[in-house]
Amino acid sequence: MSKKFMLLFSLVLVGVLLLTACGPTPTPVVQTVEVPVEVVTTVEVPGEEVTVVETVVVTAAPEAKPYEGVELSILTFTGPQIAEPLQRRGPDFEALTGAKVNVVVVPFNELYQKILTDAATGTNSFDGWVFAPQWMVDFITPGYMEDLTERVNNDPSIQWDDIASFFRDFSATYGGKIYTIPLDGDFHMVYYRTDLLQEAGLNPPETWDDYLAVAKEFHGKDLNGDGDPDYGSCISKKRGAQAYWFITDFVASMAQSQGTGQGTFFKPDTMEPLVDNEAFRKAMELYKETGKYGPPDELNLDVGDTRGLFTSGRCALSMDWGDIGPLAIDPTTSTVQDKVGAVITPGSKTVLDWDTGKLVPCDETSCPYAINGVNHAPFAAYGGWSGGVNSAIDQLKKDAAYAFFAYMSAPEQANEDVTIGKTGFNPYRTSQFLNRQAWVEAGMSPTAASDYLGAIESSLASPNMVLDLRIPQNQRYQGVVLDTTVAQYLAGEIDLDTAVQQIYDGWQEITDELGREDQAAAYQGTLGVQK
Amino acid sequence: MAPDQNIPESSQPAKSEVTAAPQASQFLRVTSRADRTASSVFIMPSVLVVLLLAIFPLIISLYLSLSRFKFVKGGFEIKFVGLANFHKLFFGSEQKHFLGVLAVPSVVGWMVFGSVIGLLIYALFRGFIQRRFKARSLIGNILVFFFLTALIWLIIASLAPQGRPGTTVVTLLYVYIDIFIQYCIGLSLALLVTQQIRFRRFFRVIYLIPMMITPVGIAYMFRMLVDTDKGPFQPIWQALGLGLFSWVSNPWGARAAIMLGDIWQWTPFMFIVLLAAIEGQSVELLEAAYVDGSNRWQAFWHITFPQILPVTSTLVLIRMIEAFKIVDLPNIMTNGGPGTATESLTLQAFITWRSLDLGTSAAIAYTLLFLVTFIGISYVSLIRSRVAGEL
Repeated sequence: MSKKFMLLFSLVLVGVLLLTACGPTPTPVVQTVEVPVEVVTTVEVPGEEVTVVETVVVTAAPEAKPYEGVELSILTFTGPQIAEPLQRRGPDFEALTGAKVNVVVVPFNELYQKILTDAATGTNSFDGWVFAPQWMVDFITPGYMEDLTERVNNDPSIQWDDIASFFRDFSATYGGKIYTIPLDGDFHMVYYRTDLLQEAGLNPPETWDDYLAVAKEFHGKDLNGDGDPDYGSCISKKRGAQAYWFITDFVASMAQSQGTGQGTFFKPDTMEPLVDNEAFRKAMELYKETGKYGPPDELNLDVGDTRGLFTSGRCALSMDWGDIGPLAIDPTTSTVQDKVGAVITPGSKTVLDWDTGKLVPCDETSCPYAINGVNHAPFAAYGGWSGGVNSAIDQLKKDAAYAFFAYMSAPEQANEDVTIGKTGFNPYRTSQFLNRQAWVEAGMSPTAASDYLGAIESSLASPNMVLDLRIPQNQRYQGVVLDTTVAQYLAGEIDLDTAVQQIYDGWQEITDELGREDQAAAYQGTLGVQK
Repeated sequence: MAPDQNIPESSQPAKSEVTAAPQASQFLRVTSRADRTASSVFIMPSVLVVLLLAIFPLIISLYLSLSRFKFVKGGFEIKFVGLANFHKLFFGSEQKHFLGVLAVPSVVGWMVFGSVIGLLIYALFRGFIQRRFKARSLIGNILVFFFLTALIWLIIASLAPQGRPGTTVVTLLYVYIDIFIQYCIGLSLALLVTQQIRFRRFFRVIYLIPMMITPVGIAYMFRMLVDTDKGPFQPIWQALGLGLFSWVSNPWGARAAIMLGDIWQWTPFMFIVLLAAIEGQSVELLEAAYVDGSNRWQAFWHITFPQILPVTSTLVLIRMIEAFKIVDLPNIMTNGGPGTATESLTLQAFITWRSLDLGTSAAIAYTLLFLVTFIGISYVSLIRSRVAGEL
C-alpha cells in the first residue's frame, strides 16, 4: 500500500515539476476597471439630435514595457570601470522596458577570446558585449555581430549626430555599416600636477624631452606631503593588461607626420612593419627612460594602479586615457582636486623619413601639421568602449540589447556618466564638450574643465590623429607580439636590436599567415587610402 | 582451462542420450564463450569512459598541435599545418621565448657542465656493466644520456652571462630548486616534530595550513607581501631607504618571489609524508645505534635517511610531476613578468591559448607532456629503481 502510494506521489511530483518547468512564461496580470465613458455619436437621422450616454467597459492600458520577461546577459571586463555604469543603470532600464540586465565580467586579457569562443562554438551565452571596437573586424567577418544601421537610423533618441564624428564614423562603423554603439571616448593624454609645475616655474610638456625633464625634476621628492619620496612619471607598463598602447604614443609622434591617412604601424602598400627605423628605436629608448622616474614596480602596474597613484598625489606626470580627469575630482579618493592639468600627448621636433628610415628635423614639408615646430600625433587608442549585439540570438533579445546600449549612450545618461570617474567612460559626444557646466557641477573648476576637455578636443580635431590598428587579428599584433616584446625590453631581458627584430619578425609572420594582400587591403581601408 | 573439462563424469552423456549430445555441447560452447567475453563486456563501459575523458582529448589536442585555428565566415576552420607549430617553438619566432637565448657559458658554467656530463657518463657505464651488457637497456640509457645532456646544456647556456632563460628553463628552475628546498625544510620540520617537544601536535596542524589554502589565494597573498610600495613591509622598506627600489621588478627577484610562494605552499606536503615515513621507521635499529654509541647525526644519516629513501624517491617523483604544471603563482603574482622572466611552460601555453593561437598552445602543452614523461621515466630508471633495489 505504502509502495503504491509512494509511487503515485512520486509520479504526481515529477509531473508537477515538469509542468512547472516546461510551462509558458507567466504573462503579466492585466487589471480591468469599469469606468463610465461618455460617447457622443452624431447620426444623421430625421428629427432632433439625440445624445446617447452608455456605459462601456474598457481595459486600462498597461505601462509600455516592450521587453517584459527578457533577460540580457552582457559581457565586459572586470570593473569597477565600464562594468559599474552598466550594473548601476541596469535596474533603471528594467523599470523602463522590463528587460533584466545581467552584467558578466572577465579579466581584460580574456575578454577578446571569451567573446570569440562563445560565439564560434555556438554557445551564445552572451547577448551583447561591451568591448574594444578595434576588435570588431574579427567578430564581423565570421558573422557574429548584428548590423545595427537600421536601428540607429530609426532611433532619434540616441541622437547619433551628437556623437563626435570620429567615434561615429570610425569606431562604430565598419564597411559602411554601424555595428557598435559608442559608450566611451578614448584618447591618450598627459596629465600633470598644476601646483607643482607652477611652483617650479615649468610649463606642461610639449615634447618627450620636456616630459622627461619635468619627470626628472620631481622624481624622488615628496609630492603629497606624507614624508615619503614620490615619482616623476607614472605610466602603466604591465604586460597582458591595458599598457601596450602607450608605446605607440611615443612612436607615432615621430613616425606619423603627414596626416591621419599616413598610418604609423605598417607601410600601407607592403604591410612591412614600421619598426626597423630610427623613430621606433628612439621611441623605445624614450619610453624606457620614463621608467627611471617612475615607481619601482612600474612594470607590474596596470592603468588602475597608476590612476590611483596619480590621484593620491604620488606622481607629477602620468599618461592615460580620459579617466584621470574625472577621477581627480572625486573627493572620496583624490587628494589632487583642482591640481590637475591635461595636455595633448607630447610630440617631437624630428620625424621619420619613411624612405631612408632616418629622423629628419621638422619643417613645412616634413611636419605640415606641426604646432610651434613640434609634430603631435594624438593616439585614439582603443577607440572607446562600445556595445555590440550578438547576431545569433532571437529578434526580441537583439532589440532589447540594442535598446540597452542606446539607453546607455543617450545624452540623458551618458552626459552624466562621463563626469563620474569610476565609470571609466570619457567624453565622446559634442554636447559633452559644449556643456561645460555639467563638469563644473561635477566638481571640476572651470579652468580644469577647460583644460581637460580642451586636451581631448584638440586631439579629436588634430589632422594628424593616429588611428588604432583595426585589421584582422590586430589583438595578436599588438596584444601578443608588441606587448610581450616591449615588456621584455623594459625588463632588460632583450636589447633594442633584438626587440626591433622580434616585433618585425612577429608581425611579418602574422601577416604572412593571414595573407599579405588581404591585410594590406584591410589596413588601407581603415586609413581611408584610395588606390 | 576450458569449461567443458570441468564437467563432472556423472554428467557425461550416456550412449542412450547420444542424440542430445550435440545440443548440450553447443550450449556449453555458447556459455563458455559468454564467460570468456563477459569480463571484456563488463569493463567496456569503463574503458569507453576513460577513452572519452582521457585519450580522446589527447588525440584532439595532438591534432590541434599540428594545425592552425582560424575564424572564417560562419564559424571557424582548423587547417592541418604539419609540424609548423613545433618548428615555430624550436626554430622559429617563439624560439627565444620558449628555449631562451643560448650563449657561451662562463668558466664556471663549463666546469659545471663538464662535471655533470662526467657523472652521466659514469652512471651510463655503471648501468651498462651492472645490466651485463644488455643491448636494450644500453639503447635506453644512451637515449636518456643524450636527452639529459641536451637539457643541461640548455640550462647552462641560457644562464650564461649573455644568455636568457626561456620558459622551459624557468620551469625547470622552479621544479628543481623548489623541490630541493621544500624537501630540506619539510624533512627538518618532520624531524623536529618527532622530538618530544611541547605543542608538537599543535605544530603538526599549523605546518599543514599552507597546503589547505587554494593556490590562487596564496598567489594573491604573496603578491601583497612582495609589494614594497603598498604591502605590509612597506614601512620597513621605506625606513631602510629603499622606497624607490622594488626587488620584484628584477627578473631574478621576481623568480625568487614566485619560488618563495611555491615553497611555502608545498613544503607541508613534503612534511606530512616524511613525518609518516620517519614515524614508521624501525625503532629497534635506532635504539641499537644509540646503545652502540652513535650520535644523532650518525643515527639519522646511517639509519633514518636510508629507511625513508624509498618514500623520498616517490615523494620527489610526485612533486616533480606536479611542479612542472606551475601556473597560478606566476600568473597572478607577476603575470609572467617582468617581461617574460617568470613565465612557466604552462603559463606560456595559457597565454598563447588566450590569444587564440590554439595550435601553438597545444604544441607547448605536448612538449611539456613529453618533457615530464621523459624526465619521469629517466628518474624512475636511473634513481628510483636503484634506491629501491639497494634497500
